[in-house]
Amino acid sequence: MSQQGAMNGAEILLKALVDQGVEVIFGYPGGAILPIYDELFKQNRLKHILVRHEQAAVHAAEGYARSTGKVGCVLVTSGPGATNTVTGLADALCDSVPLVCLTGQVPTHLIGNDAFQEADITGITRPCTKHNYLVKDVADLARIVHEAFHVARSGRPGPVLVDLPKDVVQAHGEYHGPTRFKSKYKPQVKGDLKAIEKAVEMIAAAKRPIVYVGGGVVNSGPAACQLLTQFVRLAGFPCTQTLMGLGAFPSSDPLSLGMLGMHGTYEANLAMHDCDVMINVGARFDDRVTGRLNAFSPNSKKIHIDIDPSSINKNVVVDLAVVGDAAHILEDMIKVWKAKQVRIDDKALRAWWAQIEQWRGKDCLRYPASNAIIKPQYAIQRLYELTKHKNPFITTEVGQHQMWAAQHFRFEKPNHWLTSGGLGTMGYGLPAAMGVQVAHPGALVIDIAGESSIQMNIQELATLAQHKLPVKVFILNNQYMGMVRQWQELIHGGRYSESHMHTHPDFVKLAEAFGAVGLRAEKPSQVDDLINEMISVDRPVVAELRTDASENCFPMIMPGMAHNEMVLGPEDRSVEHPGSEEDGMVLV
Amino acid sequence: MIKHEEIQRHTIAVLVDNESGVLARVIGLFSGRGYNIESLTVAEVNAADNLSRITIVTSGTRQIIEQIKNQLRRLVPVHKVSDLTIEGPHVGRELALVKVSSTGEKRVESLRIADIFRARAIDSTNESFVFEVVGATEKVDAFIKLMEPLGLVDVSRTGVAAIARGAAAL
Repeated sequence: MSQQGAMNGAEILLKALVDQGVEVIFGYPGGAILPIYDELFKQNRLKHILVRHEQAAVHAAEGYARSTGKVGCVLVTSGPGATNTVTGLADALCDSVPLVCLTGQVPTHLIGNDAFQEADITGITRPCTKHNYLVKDVADLARIVHEAFHVARSGRPGPVLVDLPKDVVQAHGEYHGPTRFKSKYKPQVKGDLKAIEKAVEMIAAAKRPIVYVGGGVVNSGPAACQLLTQFVRLAGFPCTQTLMGLGAFPSSDPLSLGMLGMHGTYEANLAMHDCDVMINVGARFDDRVTGRLNAFSPNSKKIHIDIDPSSINKNVVVDLAVVGDAAHILEDMIKVWKAKQVRIDDKALRAWWAQIEQWRGKDCLRYPASNAIIKPQYAIQRLYELTKHKNPFITTEVGQHQMWAAQHFRFEKPNHWLTSGGLGTMGYGLPAAMGVQVAHPGALVIDIAGESSIQMNIQELATLAQHKLPVKVFILNNQYMGMVRQWQELIHGGRYSESHMHTHPDFVKLAEAFGAVGLRAEKPSQVDDLINEMISVDRPVVAELRTDASENCFPMIMPGMAHNEMVLGPEDRSVEHPGSEEDGMVLV
Repeated sequence: MIKHEEIQRHTIAVLVDNESGVLARVIGLFSGRGYNIESLTVAEVNAADNLSRITIVTSGTRQIIEQIKNQLRRLVPVHKVSDLTIEGPHVGRELALVKVSSTGEKRVESLRIADIFRARAIDSTNESFVFEVVGATEKVDAFIKLMEPLGLVDVSRTGVAAIARGAAAL
């Protein structure tokens, strides 16, 4: 290991990062990773964003990756530095975000000795990364780093961790570029043409079709989103999107039914329940989407397009699976569709749309307006109306505000909506927004937050100040962990166990303490002014809106219920009792 | 799904890179997702290409078995996953070392039964034998059961190693 080569391990690592197209690293230094920070100091190709907590470094890299389509890069030290990344890595795994996380490690001769700041991070992160590596020899370093990037971005993307013992990055070795290595990791990209032809046949025979779109289309890239839009318009089918799929299809298109699932629209969920052919593109039949499984879309033929074979038949058994990348498969589908000159049953489709329009007529997202108190939905609607001309990037934390944002903000393009879908990580939004702003310095980046979630990574306001990142934090303060309070009201007999924080910081003073601009609105009449001021300032802003503390997020499929058992609002008592554990469902 | 489906037992062969952590990945997959492992064997089978072969006997519904195979294929160091139970006829064997401590008639009887099962005594003292028995799981089970009243004190089993019949390789 110690033979004299041209470069030391730290130099090899940074060269590999540059060759992999990395421009920005989100990180935090410490003992075991110091040799790499030393090399970082001597160069100017790679920009480093110094965060205030390692979890935020990972979320920031996620924001960077999701808004650019590139691989995000994280650099942290051993022990606590590495363990602090775990939540971020689990988040990225759930939402298929390509990341490479580089962790320092104690020198190889100390591994296993319970050395200072030692943690078995490859052991700890095995189930929350797509893959991970412990580099034991500098001769393997370049190959492993190149392979890590390849694994992170290929197939279903995900986080990859590379653990770097201090002696390995100090040893000398040879650098080799990415072209020298051939990875054996080659996920299937092209879909089977026979299956695609069969899919087109099934779709052509549909009378009540629906296209159900997930984050896989966004992950595949803008081309996949364009092809999807082309296909949906060609067929004239209704199209619903998951939380992660928002933006894959323009929400202004009349063919869009909006989001589906637990807090999705009435028309989307009923159309899912009553359809006869379901075309799932890049979604995974998540439990927040399906509701009670044995009542999920009972009379439909289901087609599932996914790059991950393990998503097929995992929750829902489908009639036809096409494994591969969404863009390739959609392109082939459109070709086959045109070549076969498919004629759909226009009469049936018109009748289906008439039914959907009737459901749409319920106007399920409406809410009682108020002149006295800020309704959270109103705040988000105004935010959308007053910022849409700037094509903003929106991140969120997790809870009621997240669902209201998904319902009331509108997305015409992919990669502009970043939220923690699978893991549901409170504290995601602010660091993610930071990462987006780093990637898009001139853009308007807004974190729609709740007063509880924002406090989970509030320290990142200091990062915004240091790196002059003018992120806007839009806090809907309803004094409660709103979604927890909502479930306690609806499901746990109104026993508000520990969901109320009796004290909150003064967010305006807090903003000022961190060098940001603090704004506050307490009445609906102040909302527009607050938003206009927020977006006119070229500095980080923390805007607090005191909203209605009792507002619940509707419509809602209660846990254990089916799509056609949605509750539309507080006045809708069509469903009195949510499902019980005796139905074979645990309420989650 | 909710309906109660038949539980099937499958023998799955997995070809993996022989690198540190690979077994932990496979086992972690099973424990993390709540799959059963009835037996698991692993050893290097191809030193030149640095490949190990894992044989897993598992049980679950058809949907779970399909999930297990897909999840295994998702692991980066996994090259090949073969469900020997459905991909044609295969042979599976395990080896057990069975220690029996007895004297007199019981000791003689244990030798007689060992003879019937073609088990070999590979260690002997005045009051004990260690038998080596090789065969299908059911045969090994039967042998151990017969040894119970004859002074069985200890058992060590390898778990199943399995391979497809015929000329084709994994």
